[in-house]
Amino acid sequence: MAPIFTESADRLLRVVIAALLLLAAGAAGLASWIFHPRQTEVGYTPVQPVPYSHKLHAGDLGMDCRYCHTSVETAAMAAVPSTETCMNCHQRVRSESLALAPVRESYATGKPIPWVRVHRLPDFVFFNHSAHLAAGVSCVSCHGRADQMIEVKAVEPLNMAWCLDCHRNPAARIRPREYVTRLGWRPDRDPLELGRGLVAANNIAPPVNCSGCHR
Amino acid sequence: MKTGRQYWRSLEQLAGTPRFQEWLRREFPQGAPELAGQGSRRRMLRLMAASLGLAGLTACRRPVENILPSSRGSEAIVPGVPNWYATSMTVGGLSFGLLVESHDGRPTKIEGNPRHPSSLGATTAHAQAAVLSLYDPDRSTRVLRQGRAASWDGFEAFAAQHFAAARVGDGARIRFLSETACSPSLEAVRRHALTRFPGARWIEYEPLNQDQALAGSEIAYGAPHVVRFHFDKADMVVSLDHDFLGLDALSLGWIRQFSRRRTADSPREPMNRLYAVESRFSMTGAAADHRLRLRPSEVRRFGEDLARALGALEGPAPSPNRFLDALARDLKASRGRSLVLAGPRQPAEVHALAHLLNQALGNTGVTVTCSRAPRDDARLQIRSLQSLAAELAAGQVETLVVLGGNPAFTAPADMGFQGLMRKARYNVRLGLEEDETSAGAEWHLPEAHFLESWGDGRALDGTASIQQPLIEPLYGGRTVAEVVAVISGYKDRRAYDIVRNHWLAGWPVRDAEKNWRRALHDGVVSGSSFPEARPAADASRVAAALQSNPASPVAEGLEIAFTPGWATWDGRYANNGWLQEAPDPMTRLTWDNAALVSPATASRLGLATGDLVRLSRGRHEVAAPVLVQPGHADDCVSVPLGYGRAMCGRVGRNVGFNAFLLRTTDALWSAAGLELRRTGRTARLALTQNHHNMEGRPLILAATLEEYRKDPKFVAHSKPHLEPFSLHKEPSYDRGNQWGMAIDLSACVGCNACVLACQAENNIPIVGKQQVLRGRQMHWIRVDRYYQGSPEDPGAAVQPVTCQQCENAPCENVCPVAATTHSPEGLNDMAYNRCVGTRYCSNNCPYKVRRFNFLDFHKGLSEAGKMVFNPDVTVRMRGVMEKCTYCVQRIEEKKIKARREGRRAIGDGEIQTACQQACPAGAIVFGDINDPASRVAGLRNHNRGYGLLEELNTKPRTTYLARLRNPNPELA
Repeated sequence: MAPIFTESADRLLRVVIAALLLLAAGAAGLASWIFHPRQTEVGYTPVQPVPYSHKLHAGDLGMDCRYCHTSVETAAMAAVPSTETCMNCHQRVRSESLALAPVRESYATGKPIPWVRVHRLPDFVFFNHSAHLAAGVSCVSCHGRADQMIEVKAVEPLNMAWCLDCHRNPAARIRPREYVTRLGWRPDRDPLELGRGLVAANNIAPPVNCSGCHR
Repeated sequence: MKTGRQYWRSLEQLAGTPRFQEWLRREFPQGAPELAGQGSRRRMLRLMAASLGLAGLTACRRPVENILPSSRGSEAIVPGVPNWYATSMTVGGLSFGLLVESHDGRPTKIEGNPRHPSSLGATTAHAQAAVLSLYDPDRSTRVLRQGRAASWDGFEAFAAQHFAAARVGDGARIRFLSETACSPSLEAVRRHALTRFPGARWIEYEPLNQDQALAGSEIAYGAPHVVRFHFDKADMVVSLDHDFLGLDALSLGWIRQFSRRRTADSPREPMNRLYAVESRFSMTGAAADHRLRLRPSEVRRFGEDLARALGALEGPAPSPNRFLDALARDLKASRGRSLVLAGPRQPAEVHALAHLLNQALGNTGVTVTCSRAPRDDARLQIRSLQSLAAELAAGQVETLVVLGGNPAFTAPADMGFQGLMRKARYNVRLGLEEDETSAGAEWHLPEAHFLESWGDGRALDGTASIQQPLIEPLYGGRTVAEVVAVISGYKDRRAYDIVRNHWLAGWPVRDAEKNWRRALHDGVVSGSSFPEARPAADASRVAAALQSNPASPVAEGLEIAFTPGWATWDGRYANNGWLQEAPDPMTRLTWDNAALVSPATASRLGLATGDLVRLSRGRHEVAAPVLVQPGHADDCVSVPLGYGRAMCGRVGRNVGFNAFLLRTTDALWSAAGLELRRTGRTARLALTQNHHNMEGRPLILAATLEEYRKDPKFVAHSKPHLEPFSLHKEPSYDRGNQWGMAIDLSACVGCNACVLACQAENNIPIVGKQQVLRGRQMHWIRVDRYYQGSPEDPGAAVQPVTCQQCENAPCENVCPVAATTHSPEGLNDMAYNRCVGTRYCSNNCPYKVRRFNFLDFHKGLSEAGKMVFNPDVTVRMRGVMEKCTYCVQRIEEKKIKARREGRRAIGDGEIQTACQQACPAGAIVFGDINDPASRVAGLRNHNRGYGLLEELNTKPRTTYLARLRNPNPELA
């Protein structure tokens, strides 16, 4: 019995199937590249209701991160400061500044300032700032050189693979606890060697199992 | 030696019916995965495709999310860190001390206050569920006048004019009706109101009250007394229809003390013995070593016989009876170390007999003590309600003020209270819900929930607690004291001032502020308990009372017995979905109540579970489904009250049947002359007794104390001798913290507090009756109830089962996406965000503890409804498997805290799981099994310790301690 399809039709069919598979794989690859947090998260710089400059406060004036982010060492959330914290200084400093009008208004009315969230994790991730600071992970590891940012920008993708890179190999990002908020701090010896020493001395074992972060 | 093979869960299982076989075979019972009447699966797919397309367009830009820090900072509030406050909850005129967790201003979780004598750190299931009631969107949210929206200002204007002295005079035509009050500050307001209106009367009515106990103590002692039991000193306990481990518990200390005496750590330790005489199979009956099934009316005769046999009562010795004689001998042998209790549903005479028996046995002052009742005018509540009804009917009441409660629903059916209310020209009603009572009221005022208002209360022993609010009233509700203050012109108007000033006035000025702060912090007012009284029971007065009110001869025909509804109590919790869905501990019935009958009575009347029957007494009748309850007394029908609410929120409306329709003034607790007619129709009952069945393997190991003494290693000897082997190298878990749990089956009374605690802690959804019928209830911990013996008179045992956190977990191997894996600390982790819902894990789980979200059970929650969620636990979505995590959020929190404090070691008992913390019996212990000094490690290696289905080599982390019983050898 003669074949139903000719040999060339058969070949064409194979080429088409292969092409479609390739196309699908390519599209999937492209989509996963486009939607990767490296593209969607890194660089996110929303406009804030008050043009607060971390560079001025934390960098030039040298204020410690914990002056405003008070609960970073004791709680899961670092906490964005209340308006009262701003007014501690700005009742006297630049008390007439136009840029600070929303702050004064919030202080007068009791309504919160609607800061725009820059770093966001999904609801099923339970990140804890205090645990990381206790281990000696600096702010800079996730937030970059905030002390050099006029506007806060996301610098890391904060996806799971990125988290796990450090959880699996913490030595590179561990420093003595007293330097965690000194963003520009450089150790006087090999950082990796120092980190390894601290990991061993402080028995640092970041969780790499699911319930470490997902509950 | 009793192994699991002799246990059975239901009559169907015992008979091996095809329906039971079907349940056993099918992991996931039939039923398309969709809610009825909510669009088809196909439509769902279409919508999903459309929204996916739209989502693709918008996904490039993320939604802007704001952070809103408060304008003024507060030292006490750190975002995301919960605060704890001490408060108290009052039910039936008794207060229970609580500690409540508040997340950013939202109360989310209730625990017991360890300093409070009635809670000792534990809670009841009902207290656990109170947060859900707080956020209930069906609660009363507005002031109504004649059914139309009004305001508090309007009410205050009305009250100022209506209750003016010029108008009402001495208030002779004003009546107040409230629930049993135990609040000292309300008492002050009440006294003020009655001084202001000397002619007025204040009536207290509670459908489930302690009237009979008070009246009984009055017979015995000449004045009403409140009784305190000391189970820790009792070797022999006799319950005359008193479910003191279940719904009749007035203090969780009872359960704690009783259970502590049942958990022999070594064969040498003594153990108590419990004799239960009851009609309905109760939790107390399940814990009993000997149980006698009697109709309620027969209990009195039994008590009299016992008193005669012990010489406490004069009269002819009772005819020989094996049970009675053995019990009498046992009691005689343990003089001063026994305890006889009479239940709140037994008449006063039985209570008087119990007092007499305790005195004759030398127990008074040792295992049972007394204090004077707080008010001497405490008379039978039903009598006061009857006189109120008469006054209403005669038109002698112009203004009726109903403060809390729901009398139109709970008053005896022959009174017709709803109609009588309308006979008062004005009636004002303060209530948590717009219910049956509001329907007949001119003014309906929303009452504040106890978690949102100031108040106080007294526990059974008189210890006072301040009720501290956790949140502003969500719907502008007010308290009873506030409303009476408005009506009577009390000096303080706000609940805070009323409560605070009342207490401050009682303390020396110098210490007042300090004492107040301490009372708020501790949750108890120190030194406030009632002094102990040492009255002597007067045998002649008891005998005279027995003679003047002789026991009615045991009647032919059926007897009816009213019991509190497990989920609803007297109807007040009817709209609480957590409670409605938690199975009744004994019947395993959810979302319903049923008329309970014994198997013999059922077969005599030709009834089967689910048959709809018509119950009638005189002109009162109601249709009810039948549930055949093994171990129930014959010729008796038990009906749980509090169901069948017609005017209720969406959850509880018309759930079950209204047994109050059969309850009349002359038959408040039980009565003869019940007629039962078959209707030929049937109802579907959502029974969970066959759900999550583990195929009759040896699950419960039990022995008598005697057997335990003979062979302390009976557990090891009763297990199959298998040498477990593994096909692969097993990981070792010998370093770091290794979490484990031990559950003592001797201590557990099956109260369900753990089930509700877990539900509150872990954001477990409610699925509804239809889904429960398909076996889809979501509880992470369930309490299995097994019967043992004949269906007519079985024993019962309970076993809480939750994820066993197997080291060789069968669920993990079969997950195609590694959504469930093992943590280095021995937890069987479940990553919801990774789960794709194949359900292979559940299929492979021998313990049947995994729960699948067949639907989006959290869908459609109101904003208020979402406030109950614990922010430390993910709210799961449709298509995701979930299960017990040993409260991993609590573990991680404590681990991080330890690291912050620069330590690795976590103290034994530092981490408590939700179920453990709530357990009144102290049956659950959690900790690090790698720490040889920890309690859990000790219990794991205990000679009563065993793992469930250990022979499968799953290496469960949860272990059980075999159940011990202490039967009388004479009766064995």
